[in-house]
Amino acid sequence: MAAGVATWMPFARAAAVGWLPLAQQTMPKPPVDKTSRSDEILFVNVSGLRFQTWKNTLDRYPDTLLGSSEKEFFYNEETQEYFFDRDPEMFRHILNFFRTGKLHYPRHECIQAFEEELAFYGIIPEIIGDCCMEEYRDRKKENQERLAEDTEAENAGDAPLPPDATLRDKLWRAFENPHTSTMALVFYYVTGFFIAVSVIANVVETVPCRPLKGSVKDLPCGEKFSVAFSCLDTACVLIFSCEYLMRLYAAPSRCDFARSVMSVIDVVAILPFYIGLVMPENEEVSGAFVTLRVFRVFRIFKFSRHSQGLRILGCTLQACASELGFLLFSLTMAVIIFATVMFYAEKGTKGTTFSSIPASFWYTIVTMTTLGYGDMVPDSIAGKIFGSICSLSGVLVIALPVPVIVSNFARIYHQNQRADKMRAQQKVRQARIRMAKKGATNAFLQHKEDGGLQGGDSDSTALCVKNRSAFEHQHHHLLQCLEKTTNHEFTDEVTYSEVCMMDSVGFRTSRSTSLSSQQGATTTCCSRRSKRRAIRLANSTVSVSRGSVQELATLHITKTPVGTQYPQSRSNLNARTEDLKLNCDDYTAAIISIPTPPANTPDESLPNSPAIPGILRNSRSSTYNTQETVKISSL
Amino acid sequence: MGLVMGTFSMQSNKQDRTYRKDKIDDDFEMSIVCHRPEGLDKLEAQTNFSKRELQVLYRGFKNECPSGVVNEDTFKQIYAQFFPHGDVSSYAHYLFNAFDSAHSGSIKFEDFVMALSILLRGSVREKLTWTFNLYDINRDGYINKEEMTDIVRAIYDMMGKYTYPALKTDTPKQHVDAFFQKMDKNRDGVVTLDEFILSCQEDENIMRSLQLFENVI
Repeated sequence: MAAGVATWMPFARAAAVGWLPLAQQTMPKPPVDKTSRSDEILFVNVSGLRFQTWKNTLDRYPDTLLGSSEKEFFYNEETQEYFFDRDPEMFRHILNFFRTGKLHYPRHECIQAFEEELAFYGIIPEIIGDCCMEEYRDRKKENQERLAEDTEAENAGDAPLPPDATLRDKLWRAFENPHTSTMALVFYYVTGFFIAVSVIANVVETVPCRPLKGSVKDLPCGEKFSVAFSCLDTACVLIFSCEYLMRLYAAPSRCDFARSVMSVIDVVAILPFYIGLVMPENEEVSGAFVTLRVFRVFRIFKFSRHSQGLRILGCTLQACASELGFLLFSLTMAVIIFATVMFYAEKGTKGTTFSSIPASFWYTIVTMTTLGYGDMVPDSIAGKIFGSICSLSGVLVIALPVPVIVSNFARIYHQNQRADKMRAQQKVRQARIRMAKKGATNAFLQHKEDGGLQGGDSDSTALCVKNRSAFEHQHHHLLQCLEKTTNHEFTDEVTYSEVCMMDSVGFRTSRSTSLSSQQGATTTCCSRRSKRRAIRLANSTVSVSRGSVQELATLHITKTPVGTQYPQSRSNLNARTEDLKLNCDDYTAAIISIPTPPANTPDESLPNSPAIPGILRNSRSSTYNTQETVKISSL
Repeated sequence: MGLVMGTFSMQSNKQDRTYRKDKIDDDFEMSIVCHRPEGLDKLEAQTNFSKRELQVLYRGFKNECPSGVVNEDTFKQIYAQFFPHGDVSSYAHYLFNAFDSAHSGSIKFEDFVMALSILLRGSVREKLTWTFNLYDINRDGYINKEEMTDIVRAIYDMMGKYTYPALKTDTPKQHVDAFFQKMDKNRDGVVTLDEFILSCQEDENIMRSLQLFENVI
């Protein structure tokens, strides 16, 4: 029941008085309404914009947020209003729905934002009024298509494979996305090359070459160099067969793959060869076999894996199938009509080429497509008149579906362009987002370096505090609690990858590898840190990596030294790393698990400890308080 | 019966004309000022409602009918919302006539409020008089069997097809007979206003049920 007529309920009930004298039974008791019936004005504050409405207005739709008791959750006692921290512009439309009973879709708003607001207020979008429904549906469909494209692009396989991918998965990935690995790229280009070679060979085979010595007739090159050509053909077919079998093996769903267009093309391309192998050297059969060689030309379609434009064309033709069908049908109709007419018009002419209606088909088609070969020409006047009508109508019939096909092609082409651009930009976007997110985690790590771990005196903390907000304080405290709970510590990506590398390489002082890995991994904003590490490495013989924390769980630096040195050491770090000497008496092989930026270079006095992945913690200079360092003397 | 048909058709003619006029009026709605009710004070004086109640009523009225008047079609639509099962058109028609005391073809807010005032806050006599006027379709002061049958049939129409027990064709007739049995004191085939009021006052059930709708607003 439309809620608007809820206000007419008193009238309907009053009108029931008219039934009373007729009633043969007693009337039931009326419901007692306990709630206060007096209508009041409610104040609704949406992000500062104050709306006022009658309570009755909101009560019209009791299954929405505003109409039910759910709005009491948002009631602010002090200001005596309902406060919603939502978009005030959108709220206008929501409230209008309550007032008028019709929901309108604001055209200038983002459709997802609008839907979110509707979901929040408990209104289903299906009740959008007819005036706005069309627009809403169109925008929604567009949005969904775009999102589907995006997720498809994301899932398209640029994401790295899970580490437990089987050979099959890897192979499939290499086939589908050649740019993921160099091997795949190589394979891609090699197959492309061989397709080209095969096609060119097929073409050149038929070109007439100079005749053999002692003969007059021109031979086609295929027969002159038959051995060479057959070798080439065999090689190509072998490569194509290998490729097909590999694809078949790697495909996640072999049935689907076998049914796909590309696989059919592959099969058709290599089949003639194999049929030729099994075919006996029979004269009449081999004649049929020769025609099979025509199918070798299908190898050119294999290029569609290599060319996106071809794929788009294929898509377009698929999308325009109905238009093409219409074109074909109307052409057929016109051809039959005009062929019949021309035949009967030219029947009287002596020695006419229009010998039968099917013979006239050829004339009609050539004329309608404005080719006009001139091999069949009408002689009679009637024939000429009808011939001219035929050519005029041909232009029209063909011109009609063409714009539709063209617009479809343009749409699909632009979609693809957009998808490509999106994919290219996606990486940059993701990288930037990752960096921004890293900022937050790095803040914590930075905070630890800065010496936030000490309970400390206010002097030192003053410098370390920097500009952290109360929220950050609490957040960092929380992270610290977590660290304490798990006995593990937070570290950053670079060091983690280092550790992984170290573990995989096997604890070797492979200076070069870790150096290169660091340099390779320097994409984060911690480049400064890794640079320092690199400088360190250059002078050190001990490869440095962030702790394999499991080993070092027992170690801890609980307190960092006096804070004043931090800025000093930092500046020193940037200036002259060589000058800062490691106080090597304090460390033999100091294994520290807290990820602080190793600043100093361990110099030669440090013994070589190849067996242990040593982590040098030298963020502070010599004033580093040794008694706060737990040392493990490993040598 | 012929008389009834004649008067009915006359009324419907008039209504057709007024309806057509209303339709044309609707087209000119932009230029013609909507009907506005008399002042709130005046209405408060004339009816048994308080100012607040009148405000609530008017807001609901104006929301459904921004032009300030209800024509019969809108009236039927509104009433049909309350009884989705059956066909309310005939009963709504009689109801419309009962509300439209001035027979203008449209109900203004004053008519609406007056009728509601009587029905909800009026005395027993007023209520019964209103009901009598509802039943007396041709406004001749007498309810005869045909009028009553029409009314009863209209009420049964509102029930719709699916009832328990199933509706038989002569149920309305039986109902009317029972009614006349009770109401028609002097057995002259018609019920006058006094007979009606007297009979109703004698009936306990009716008296009790008249109190039911007091606190609708």
